[in-house]
Amino acid sequence: MRFVDEFRDPKLAKTLIERLHKRAAQLPYTAEKPMQIMEVCGGHTHAIFKFGLDKLLPPQLEFIHGPGCPVCVLPMGRIDACCEIAAHADVIFCTFGDALRVPGKQGSLLNARERGADVRVVYSPLDALKLARENPQRQVVFFALGFETTLPVTAVTLQQARREGLTNFSIFCQHISLIPTLRSLLQQDDVRIDAFLAPGHVSMVIGTAPYHFINTQFDKPLVVSGFEPLDMLQSVFMLVEQVCEASCKTENQYRRIVPEEGNVLAQNAIREVFQLSGSSEWRGLGLIEESGISLTEAYRAFDAERRFSPQTQSVADDPRSRCGDVLTGRCKPHECPLFGTGCTPHNAFGALMVSSEGACAAWYQYRYQENKQEQQEMKQKVAG
Amino acid sequence: MSERNDVVTMAHGSGGRAMQQMIERMFLSAFDNPWLNEREDGARLSLAALSQQGDRLAFTTDSYVIDPIFFPGGNIGKLAVCGTANDLSVSGATPAYLSCGFILEEGLPMDDLQKIVSLMAQTARDAGIAIVTGDTKVVQRGAADKIFINTAGIGVIPGDVAWGAGQIQCGDKVIVSGTLGDHGATILNLREQLGMDLGIQSDCAVLAPMVTPLRTVSGVHALRDATRGGVNAILHEFSEASGFGISIDENALPVKPAVRGICELLGLEPLNFANEGKLVAVVSAQAEDTVLKLLRSHPLGADAATIGEVTENPQVCLRGALGVSRQLMLPHTEPLPRIC
Repeated sequence: MRFVDEFRDPKLAKTLIERLHKRAAQLPYTAEKPMQIMEVCGGHTHAIFKFGLDKLLPPQLEFIHGPGCPVCVLPMGRIDACCEIAAHADVIFCTFGDALRVPGKQGSLLNARERGADVRVVYSPLDALKLARENPQRQVVFFALGFETTLPVTAVTLQQARREGLTNFSIFCQHISLIPTLRSLLQQDDVRIDAFLAPGHVSMVIGTAPYHFINTQFDKPLVVSGFEPLDMLQSVFMLVEQVCEASCKTENQYRRIVPEEGNVLAQNAIREVFQLSGSSEWRGLGLIEESGISLTEAYRAFDAERRFSPQTQSVADDPRSRCGDVLTGRCKPHECPLFGTGCTPHNAFGALMVSSEGACAAWYQYRYQENKQEQQEMKQKVAG
Repeated sequence: MSERNDVVTMAHGSGGRAMQQMIERMFLSAFDNPWLNEREDGARLSLAALSQQGDRLAFTTDSYVIDPIFFPGGNIGKLAVCGTANDLSVSGATPAYLSCGFILEEGLPMDDLQKIVSLMAQTARDAGIAIVTGDTKVVQRGAADKIFINTAGIGVIPGDVAWGAGQIQCGDKVIVSGTLGDHGATILNLREQLGMDLGIQSDCAVLAPMVTPLRTVSGVHALRDATRGGVNAILHEFSEASGFGISIDENALPVKPAVRGICELLGLEPLNFANEGKLVAVVSAQAEDTVLKLLRSHPLGADAATIGEVTENPQVCLRGALGVSRQLMLPHTEPLPRIC
């Protein structure tokens, strides 16, 4: 398959891995204290586990799974608000599929549907807009979530709705911005992430310049990476090169997709419809300043929260969960006391077990059995 | 009046004249066979005739509730015949007789019902299977989704066939009879209105003609048709029942490019997609070549391939494209597409 198989070629991967092992031997890091590379995006996390890339790395390198899965950083209270809106008899509530199972305090949207709410899975906000046109007597609400990856299509959808003068369409906005999150991570004490793999699709929209502060203010190298195994291996190699050469810059491995300036049209659409608006609550990470996104004044009429006024609900994460520590590389998923017992994909307590892209869910799916022994030993230690 | 005749009404489930007419004109004429035509409450089948074919009966049932009810490669009626016939075939039996129960939603177009019944009849007839008894219920609009069909079937197992997961041995080979996920991808594309021009259709088919020759091969240990849950579910069933593990090779999985494409786009696995005309066979290493040859000699098995083997370690593992092996978990629920 074109544009897939070329980037999964086992021979090329082998060559790249051999080069990586050789170069990594020259790093100032050791197997005991490896160079920690944070892959920010859940898509990267998924690829790492699916292809076993972490097992192919030299011992001097370690992946840290970042907060870039928009579903697993959803606070429970926001899901409760969604369920409250969806419960209105005249509402058709539309969501991406993987948000359907995220639990709120009162259950998930799937549970809301079981209770009789009209909750539908869509593949694009444009599908929700179509539903609004077809059902003028109903209120259609789209659960808009995601980083800069999904912001443009929500923006374009709202521009279209405004042009058509639709009055029965609105969005429940849970879009979030990546850059403030990365800044917040780096400002935390005792976080020792050494380098970043930045998500290619976010960069396709925002370009590469917004990452420069990571080099200049925090002295960490960053590579914008594609999602196929060869993309990621090459990106890791580029990071290792930077460290070996004592340089620190933003590089773009994903040039076939990501222009340095990003997508200006998409940026303009986002600017017209959305604005950064103060702090936003993130599941597992708490409040992050200037990471929330809301509609600009011109589009306020499409704000479902204004239209339905759901109760504001703040639900604390389970204090035993170590989501924040996993996200910052302080521990591995299976080292959390809830992993695999109180927190599983069937019954997720923590943020990262919720979505299939979350670090804990991926670890559970791909690494659970092999770590079971280690996990039990650790639990015995904790209990003792 | 004519409008009411175009759709199924509550009268068609009343037991009265409308129902009798529908049974007569729709079901009896389509399924037409001596057992059904007797119009008794139960089909009376000759034990002597069955005994001549083997020493055990296989008896199975399944219900079909698919959306949409028409799809490229078939419809719910064909599915209801193939599914139950295949459950019999992979037990080692020759499918012989089916029952079918219809639950019809008030308002279902008669034309749709006619198309479904006609394809059921043709599929059964082509496979030498008789639909010998049945039942029809009509429920009010909204109480069911257009049409639900239940079929039960019996078949006869020859005396020397003893397939089952308990026969599986370490070192056995795992074979699939063709490309994975064609049915699941076709239905997903239609149901979710993805509008992709995939150029594929459901693999819905009666497998009996392809399976029958395998009954003469010594070393065939277990067969299952890989329907809901896909090949992944079958591998886990085999592993659990036998106490052994199974290791499969991702590079060996036969998957059509269009199915791979839709899976890549939506973050899904072809191993979890439903099939309606594919089986998984576990055979001894000695029987592998013979089984592959027999499968490939039939049009339904042209893409048959060995995908892995049975291992001592009681886990289902997948060796990925880059050679790294990982445990293959069963999805805890129906997989949902990822956001990005």
